[in-house]
Amino acid sequence: MTEEQITVKVKFFAAPREALCTDEISLDVPVGTTVKDLIDMLQEEYPVLERYTRFMSVAVNRAYAGRQTELRDGDEVACLPPVGGG
Amino acid sequence: MAQKPFAITSEPLSVDDVVARLRRPTAGAVTTFVGLVRGVTEGRQTLYLEYEAYPEMAERELRRIGDEIRQRWTTVEEVAIVHRIGRLQVGETIVVIAVSSPHRHELFEATHYAIDRLKEIVPIWKREVWADGSEWRSERRQPLEDEALA
Repeated sequence: MTEEQITVKVKFFAAPREALCTDEISLDVPVGTTVKDLIDMLQEEYPVLERYTRFMSVAVNRAYAGRQTELRDGDEVACLPPVGGG
Repeated sequence: MAQKPFAITSEPLSVDDVVARLRRPTAGAVTTFVGLVRGVTEGRQTLYLEYEAYPEMAERELRRIGDEIRQRWTTVEEVAIVHRIGRLQVGETIVVIAVSSPHRHELFEATHYAIDRLKEIVPIWKREVWADGSEWRSERRQPLEDEALA
């Protein structure tokens, strides 16, 4: 079983972080899971996330990543709402 | 410890400190951009701003902006960008950008690019707090992907 699962860390910031009341979770997902799959899973588990995902960017290991990016064991995935620096 | 040219900090910012992060003495000119907390936005009085960042990635994206600038404006020698996070009061400095070159040409344009790009890609978030409420604010709507950043 274990070789079919990978573990990823998911980080949250700003509004979604507050909505979820957490800034980081650890998640076991099947091998082959993409960024899009992960977002779908998160939305299902945390329906409060739904209002943020449309405009959300995602970073994998601290670089912006497309929705089709396949995740690997140990990846750090970050859910990034629209930025507002400066 | 040497001061990093691209940094996120919770300490108050000084323009001189950021300019000092540009090391090469051959620079003949330096432009700076200083972003301050405005007292009034869209007719509402701001109490304070709360900034949050994904620091490890934000510093990487700031460095990317420096690289992009030196590619586009080849006379530019060095770039330093330091952004503050945490609670900032009206009038406090949010961000300082310094760009250096042997000559002044292109510096203004490059500095303008730096602040626009920062607002576009660097993972930093701002919450405006008023007397009667607060909101996370952004000028952006489109999700970013690395291909879109090339």
